[in-house]
Amino acid sequence: MADRFSWQRFLAVVTKEFIQMRRDRLTFAMMVGIPMLQLILFGFAINSDPKGLPTAVLVADTSEFSRSFVRALENSAYFKVTMQPKNEAEAERLIAEGDAQFVVSIPENFARQLMRGERPAILVEADATDPTAVGNAVGALAQLAQTVFDRDLQGALRPLQGKPAPFDVQIHRRYNPEGITQYNIVPGLMGVILTMTMIMQTGLAMTRERERGTMENLLATPVRPFEVMAGKIVPYIMVGYIQVTLILLAARLLFQVPILGSVMLLYTVVLAFIAANLAVGLMFSTVAKNQMQAMQMTFFFFLPSLLLSGFMFPFRGMPQWAQNIGSLLPLTHFLRMVRGILLKGNGFLEIWPNLWPIGVFLLAVVAIGLKRYRKTLD
Amino acid sequence: MNDALAIDVAGLSKRFGELVAVDDLALQVRRGEIYGFLGPNGSGKTTTIRMLCGLLTPDSGRGTCLGYDVIRETRQIKLNVGYMTQGFSLYQDLTIRENLDFTARIYGMPNRQEAVEESLRRLGLADRQKQLAGNLSGGWKQRLALAACMLHQPRLLLLDEPTAGVDPKARRDFWDEIHYLAGQGITVLVSTHYMDEAERCHRLAYIASGRLLAQGTVSEVIQNSGIVTWTVECADLYALGAQLRGLPGISQVVPFGNQLHVSGTDAALLEQSISPFREQASCRWTKAQPGLEDIFIQMMEGADRHG
Ligand SMILES: Nc1ncnc2c1ncn2[C@@H]1O[C@H](COP(=O)(O)OP(=O)(O)OP(=O)(O)O)[C@@H](O)[C@H]1O
Ligand SMILES: [Mg+2]
Repeated sequence: MADRFSWQRFLAVVTKEFIQMRRDRLTFAMMVGIPMLQLILFGFAINSDPKGLPTAVLVADTSEFSRSFVRALENSAYFKVTMQPKNEAEAERLIAEGDAQFVVSIPENFARQLMRGERPAILVEADATDPTAVGNAVGALAQLAQTVFDRDLQGALRPLQGKPAPFDVQIHRRYNPEGITQYNIVPGLMGVILTMTMIMQTGLAMTRERERGTMENLLATPVRPFEVMAGKIVPYIMVGYIQVTLILLAARLLFQVPILGSVMLLYTVVLAFIAANLAVGLMFSTVAKNQMQAMQMTFFFFLPSLLLSGFMFPFRGMPQWAQNIGSLLPLTHFLRMVRGILLKGNGFLEIWPNLWPIGVFLLAVVAIGLKRYRKTLD
Repeated sequence: MNDALAIDVAGLSKRFGELVAVDDLALQVRRGEIYGFLGPNGSGKTTTIRMLCGLLTPDSGRGTCLGYDVIRETRQIKLNVGYMTQGFSLYQDLTIRENLDFTARIYGMPNRQEAVEESLRRLGLADRQKQLAGNLSGGWKQRLALAACMLHQPRLLLLDEPTAGVDPKARRDFWDEIHYLAGQGITVLVSTHYMDEAERCHRLAYIASGRLLAQGTVSEVIQNSGIVTWTVECADLYALGAQLRGLPGISQVVPFGNQLHVSGTDAALLEQSISPFREQASCRWTKAQPGLEDIFIQMMEGADRHG
């Protein structure tokens, strides 16, 4: 067992994997096609800037101001006043059941307090379960507050015009306090797609050898486990980079996602993330008896990644135990890094706290995988 | 260690859960000989071969393969042994050439290109080198598999049912090749279910339920078997067969074309049982050499009864 890693054997495996990948056109097409498909599907949800959202208005004040405010809401095009609930309970029901995306409550004596300069508050409750749906509307609301009463505030009331607005708009984003913005999703999608395809493809690559009986032949040769693992990983790293590039291009060109940080840095952290996922796939394939099992295990890992990483739900909104699990997953850290680099222009120092956990994860998984890789058929 | 032996193992056992696949097996194969490895389905041939080339770890037992310890020096064994698996285990989605090239690289062959060319030429695969291995017919797959496991010039070949499902001409060619290799000093251990192939081996072993039942040259095996066989030609073979079956001393009654082979292990008892039938004028009885098949079936049934 004394002899060491052999580049020649490693390259033999790499070459073989590339040839096999090239022959299996369908799988290759899927690996490039799935990200594009997902991007476009998610992209529509992201890109669409929903307007005419159903809005319930609970007006307890019958002044000219209230009417102006409601009229301005409608003019902004984001809001469509479809309901006029009679009391809070009814309003509550409308938003809980999803009939109304917004409930706007104008309190009693709004006009009187406004004119006295007491800065009364209008409460806007938003159903933010789908944050992309309300983000823009809420933004528009803030704008609107600045100027809505300018025409009503004339004569003696004129000093109340302008900044700050003579009243408060209190926005309650309900159900989704973090309020993920649209830009979050495309970078996040990069991590999700990589997790999915990398784990699945490597998981399949090894179990395929076992299922087709070629593993027996491979084991009878002097090739070492690490050479096989590494040799199988390399082609998929390339596939991963193709996916990342496609997503970045789409993010920039189709969805105008800002890229504030260094793309080089991004490509570097991508490597760690891809490697971590490939290692998971290989580890699974040492356990799974056939391709079907490898597939199931992929989903077993993929679902928590999807749900607990902060991609689907805001990370800080999750209970502590869920956050703890999430912190173990590479996707969680990758999402933060990608968002940090793309949207906040983070540099290496800022992302380091999220990079090393992926490194630790990678080492642990490779260790388990190598331990489990059977050099024999036992 | 005995230098004249390519394989020298003793007490080899392998269990899969409750099932004892190989049971206290001892095997000695001399260098340069073709050693046949026979036994019914599930008797442990493949398991034994896998233990010999380091693919399975024996539960107990020890020994050497080409002088290397079968438990500790599996790496050396892998470098010097060519193993042809029972099923086709090369890559179906690689071409013939790519498969050979991959194998040559894995074994770290210094003059890879030449070795691949040479191998293609020798096996007559040169003009099909661009064909995908998966599209080859059975006979060609088998040739390719042999070429691949010969590529690194092993000193010992372990061939697991290499000719299953291959036509007689291809089988003949294959065996000529094996004899040629043996002539070059390569040791070959080959498992098979074909009796004609068994007869082409220098020596053979017969195992059933993981236990070695016979070992030696074909004539040794026949002599040591203690089986007596009579052949009989008769007008109504089937009626006669029905009458003979179950008589004391008769363990097998097998029709072979126009003859019945009647065998047993106790010559006297057998003769006593058939004597009434020898009177019948319509039948011609002859004492014959038992065939390997008669012997193996006899042994197999014996093993079942005792095991
Ligand atoms: N990995 C395994 N796990 C469990 N049982 C096994 C395993 N491999 C073999 N066996 C069992 O061990 C026994 C011996 O199998 P083996 O393949 O060695 O037989 P064989 O002589 O090669 O048979 P055949 O002529 O059909 O190829 C069989 O009963 C088989 O089912
Ligand atoms: Mg077998």
